[in-house]
Amino acid sequence: MAKTPQLDVMRSPLGRARGLGSARAGAHHWWMVRLTSLALVPLTLWFLCAMVRMVGATRDDVASWMAGPLPIVLMIALVIATFHHMQAGLQVVIEDYIDTDWLRLGSILLVKGLSLLLALACIVSVLRLGL
Amino acid sequence: MRDVRDALFVARNSDDKLISRPLSPHLQVYRWPLSMALSISHRVTGVGLAIGTLLMTWWLVAAAVSDDAFAQVQWFLGTPLGILLLLGWSAALFFHFFTGLRHLAWDAGYGFDKPWYERSGWAVIAATIVATLLLWIIGFAVW
Repeated sequence: MAKTPQLDVMRSPLGRARGLGSARAGAHHWWMVRLTSLALVPLTLWFLCAMVRMVGATRDDVASWMAGPLPIVLMIALVIATFHHMQAGLQVVIEDYIDTDWLRLGSILLVKGLSLLLALACIVSVLRLGL
Repeated sequence: MRDVRDALFVARNSDDKLISRPLSPHLQVYRWPLSMALSISHRVTGVGLAIGTLLMTWWLVAAAVSDDAFAQVQWFLGTPLGILLLLGWSAALFFHFFTGLRHLAWDAGYGFDKPWYERSGWAVIAATIVATLLLWIIGFAVW
């Protein structure tokens, strides 16, 4: 008796042929969102306290504050965690709502590129102010 | 047929005619429970905060570049529009912060029981209002 063909995976043959499916990066993405959010809990509270003290500050005030060993390090940490968290979150939003393939991929790449550039602009500015 | 899965949504009625199967009702038929409102607000504030990072970047870059550029950003943040943006940004930040803490608790396996689910939801709203007011009272006192 001929053996009936069997599927040993939960994907349809069509899905496999099209090559659409898990990139096996989901767990890492999920974990990085949690990791950055945990880091952002103390960093955000510190940032808000710092910004309240910067109300009405002159440029010299900002520079002399940023020159301290703690602010310069924590600001860079905040920037990295913020923009990493941001691009990961926006990616999920884009994947949820944009159906058209090229538009979805294009938007994700745009968000990732802009996040990286903004983060770099912030880090360079922090270094220029504080060093 | 755009998608092979569409085949599963087709059936025959009692007259043996092909019809589309009914879909489950969409968002607009439900009344809005607290959990639903907080969930979408978490996402909306997240997107809002992403736009808010432009403000932070402007402030930092201006401070690094020149006195004129920094005076400009400080002036803008003091205008009614600037204050409105900062108010919205701080409220969105506190909201996303507190709902984020709630999400982290869920990820750790806590707070799923219905009474706690409701209670923590209202706590998030209360904490957001209190923290935002507190921040601005301190801010104006410093100013």
